[in-house]
Amino acid sequence: MTAAILSALLSHWRRKPFQLATLILGLALATALWSGVQAINAEARQSYARAAEVVGGGGLDELVHLGGSPIPVETYAALRRGGWRVSPVVEGWIFGEGGRVRLLGIDPLTAPPDTRAAEAAADLGLTEFLGDGGAVLAAPTTAERLSDLNARVEPIDGLAPGIAFADLDVALELLETEGFSRLIVHPEQPLRQAPIAEIAPNLERRAPDAAEDLARLTDSFHLNLTAFGLLSFAVGLFIVNGAVGLAFEQRRPVFRTLRAIGVTSRQLVLFLTIELTVLALIAGALGIGLGYLVAAALLPDVAATLRGLYGATVEGALTLSPVWWALGFVIALLGTALASANALWRVARLSPLAAAKPRAWSRASAGTSQTQLILSALCLAVSLGALVIGGGLISGFLLLGGLLLAAALALPATLSAILGLAERTAKGPISEWFWADTRQQLPGLSLALMALLLALAANIGVGTMVQSFRETFTGWLDQRLASEIYVTAESEAQVPDMLAFLEPRTDAILPIWDTEGEVLGAPAEIYGVVDHPTYRDSWPLLHAVPDVWNRIADGDGALVNEQLARREDLAPGSTLPMPGGWETTVTGVYSDYGNPLGQVIIPKDILVARYPDVERTNFGLRVPKDEIDAVRTALVVEFGLPPDNMIDQASLKAFSLQVFERTFAVTGALNVLTLGVAGLAILTSLLTLAAMRLPQLAPVWALGLTRERLGRIELLRSLVLAALTFVLAIPVGLILAWVLLAVINVEAFGWRLPMMLFPLDWLWLGALSLLAAGLASLWPARRLASRPPADLIRVFANER
Amino acid sequence: MNVKGYLTALMFAPTVAAAQGFAGLGTTADGYSLPDPGTRFEYPADHGEHPDFRIEWWYLTANLDGADGESYGVQWTLFRNALSPEGQPEDQAWMAHAAVSGPEGHLHAERFARGGIGQAGVKAAPFEAFIDEWQMSGPSLSDISLFAQGGDWAYELTLKADRPFVPQGAEGFSVKSEEGLASHYYSQPFYQIAGTLILPSGDIEVTGQGWLDREWSSQPLAEDQTGWDWVSLHLDTGDKLMGYRLRREEGTAYTVGTWITPDGTPSPFAPGDITMDARRFADVDGREVPVAWAITVPERGVDILADALFDQSWMPTAVPYWEGPVRVTGSHPGRGYLEMTGYE
Repeated sequence: MTAAILSALLSHWRRKPFQLATLILGLALATALWSGVQAINAEARQSYARAAEVVGGGGLDELVHLGGSPIPVETYAALRRGGWRVSPVVEGWIFGEGGRVRLLGIDPLTAPPDTRAAEAAADLGLTEFLGDGGAVLAAPTTAERLSDLNARVEPIDGLAPGIAFADLDVALELLETEGFSRLIVHPEQPLRQAPIAEIAPNLERRAPDAAEDLARLTDSFHLNLTAFGLLSFAVGLFIVNGAVGLAFEQRRPVFRTLRAIGVTSRQLVLFLTIELTVLALIAGALGIGLGYLVAAALLPDVAATLRGLYGATVEGALTLSPVWWALGFVIALLGTALASANALWRVARLSPLAAAKPRAWSRASAGTSQTQLILSALCLAVSLGALVIGGGLISGFLLLGGLLLAAALALPATLSAILGLAERTAKGPISEWFWADTRQQLPGLSLALMALLLALAANIGVGTMVQSFRETFTGWLDQRLASEIYVTAESEAQVPDMLAFLEPRTDAILPIWDTEGEVLGAPAEIYGVVDHPTYRDSWPLLHAVPDVWNRIADGDGALVNEQLARREDLAPGSTLPMPGGWETTVTGVYSDYGNPLGQVIIPKDILVARYPDVERTNFGLRVPKDEIDAVRTALVVEFGLPPDNMIDQASLKAFSLQVFERTFAVTGALNVLTLGVAGLAILTSLLTLAAMRLPQLAPVWALGLTRERLGRIELLRSLVLAALTFVLAIPVGLILAWVLLAVINVEAFGWRLPMMLFPLDWLWLGALSLLAAGLASLWPARRLASRPPADLIRVFANER
Repeated sequence: MNVKGYLTALMFAPTVAAAQGFAGLGTTADGYSLPDPGTRFEYPADHGEHPDFRIEWWYLTANLDGADGESYGVQWTLFRNALSPEGQPEDQAWMAHAAVSGPEGHLHAERFARGGIGQAGVKAAPFEAFIDEWQMSGPSLSDISLFAQGGDWAYELTLKADRPFVPQGAEGFSVKSEEGLASHYYSQPFYQIAGTLILPSGDIEVTGQGWLDREWSSQPLAEDQTGWDWVSLHLDTGDKLMGYRLRREEGTAYTVGTWITPDGTPSPFAPGDITMDARRFADVDGREVPVAWAITVPERGVDILADALFDQSWMPTAVPYWEGPVRVTGSHPGRGYLEMTGYE
């Protein structure tokens, strides 16, 4: 019996291999996009964790200098002698052939437990690591980038990527600096200690921020990716739903027969569940494989984005845990369950004696449409609630998800209303029939159309955001990068000679000196500027007091970047406490896209007076356009300045834009994939309908419409529905864009971008969606056109 | 002597440790000075560092009586290990161990430091040896105060000695193997101690006796010497006895020592004059350790048993070993310290 049931059920797939392929493909795609995105996120998080665990397993307190200057060796020794188990760290960037690498100088002798680099150093032999000539340790990929470093580089597996480790002495020499960046506080402290305030009043104990910061900064990015993965997954499920619905519908006579010969409804559901589970597992395996490929293809871009945007280093290679594989299968199974629950439910309730009701599956009652509208209103309420009450990224995404769902759920009712309107204005029987029949088909197509709406709205929304961002960013770069050449002297000793040399050859020399410190509880960059027309003319101020530059010239006031201003609610006139225990007044707020940190700009003289340790080697040079190359060459020839120490405006802009483009490359790729998936959803839905619509079409054919004409009408119908959906997707997409720009971006990055409209892009998208819908309906339409008339006649002969 | 200090070497050359004697102490001495039998000690200069030698230590053990009637043992050790033979402060790495053994258990702590930055070092006069907040310092090495601490314990002791420092071996030239590897080695076994132990259960006033070992060398062990068993004993007669047995891979041992009379006159034993045999084993941290030793010196009529006060005096430090106070019974009763390495 079992064999007979199985063979009866499975024979369907033998006869419809394409349907089987669609089902598996849909599920595999959904799984692939979801697990691909998860793999990328997991890889990035792992990298952050490893970077955070660089010293003492992460999570240990640190002592830092209040003013941000290095901690003298004497202070460290005094702390140790006062009973404080602290371990020094010196940090900076080194430049190798393959780009820059963060160098951490550690003291393996005092490093807290679980310091991976100290363990690696002990494995290597401390004499190989300690003191002058000691080895620099780095992960193999990072070590490759340091091949030309003037030190012995040892590749060590399992170290955090993008970070090199060396003994304190070696690091101090490579970084050409003195003193320690911070002191890590050992988790176990001895019984008696002198108070830190007595030994080192300039030091402050604080909780670790690096790891948390990186996680906080990149959270928005990962949430973005996850949202996209989820969207793709949802769209993929529409396909599965379509395919399962079709397969069940076509096997309805088989089910009825099986029931009639004594198979219980429980048995039938059980067998179908087993069948679907097996299919889900196969599709899951395929999907995970595909997901791996998606992740591997996107990861380099993601890594580049994270590096460019947040300075976070992520290994370019995937290392996936078994959990990830298992989760892929779980997702595939869950997705199948979700997509086929309805169909199974119907099979369970199928009466063996029920007459064939071919349209039962597709015809939704008026009630369904109303239920959807109510649900839609609910979603809208939730999303508006999130907008009003919320704050934070999660509520931003809640707003987004609610809006999209509400729009999707309202789609069938809206389309139905439009079609009803068209029906009333239609002239002639064929036209009337066309509209009426289109409307009648809506319930069967509505899921696919919802998928299309989601994909289109996401495309329009994200596209608008990216384009708005690009426009704003490009304009902002022009303002911000006003100097023609940016120069970094090799040492401060070199600076006076260099300035004397440059003086007659340039229009202006603008010092760009900076330090880092904690402003209002978070790390921030502090820059010093001089008063110069360059700033007056072009600095991208958002709000400012009227005499902002005069005050800077007088050594007064501070400019803060938008993200700091938003985070701390600062406006011109606010008081700003600065590291080192002094205060200044905010005189202006400027836009600072792409910077994850807060930034403060104060008059240069104040900077130098308050923070004597500032780096004084960076300058911006105003040079007439035609002399740029001459000045660069002169600097190389006269001062032996490595070309890497100079960058001209054009290259800097190109680089910034490149970072920008890569940031959104992933978004773009996911966008295209989602649209593709939606197209496939339409195809499967149309195929399902085509098979069922014969009884409806046969009378029309019998009344004299040729099969070719019917085929063309079918094609037209799909195009009309796609076009309507597209038109409705535009406002949804624009609302989405607004949410992204005005809510999500502000929460995620701390800046708000002006929204710009790009109707030409929509036209392209509209054409694309028509093309997708057209292609999807071409095949069913052609099949109809070439259907043997006997098929159509048979409709009248029996009821299937 | 006090071979235990060689421990430190393991930290700095772990990859060769397995092949070259216990704790890498069999590592060759390229570029470093070698002990010279003609060298005579000059105090106080020799209390300070000898950076032209690879390794060196200041090693103090004490047998204490608490006001609570219990016996306690205290250890304070500072090791210097050269990273290169250039002899500059920054070429040195420092390691220190401290412990208190008592009825409550064995409390211990370990510290490391790099040289040349003021975190650790030794000065001969006025004497000061320190690493972090731990220190052994005073007007001279015969009049010092001692401090060390861990997470929940500490000790503060003052030590005074009114007798001379005692050269070990041949005028301070202490031979460690048949091949003639050696170290410079002297002791101060006559400290009288008073002070306070700050223990988790409360403060305890203590008095007692201390024994300091000073030793430096460059390659003190033969490559196949795998560990040692060492005792320093305060006998009730006022005599002091130091003895050790260096074990070889093939199972033989090189056993020597010194007899020190109450006025500080040393008489070194020739190899084999003293015997040491394990009498009792204890399971310590998953390994069998001989915690009681029968010791004989036939020519002096010594036939004693040195038995651990606290069997679990294990130092689970980077290089683990056993170090704790012993009670001496038999022909010459007394007390002292036992150290055993190579039982990993």
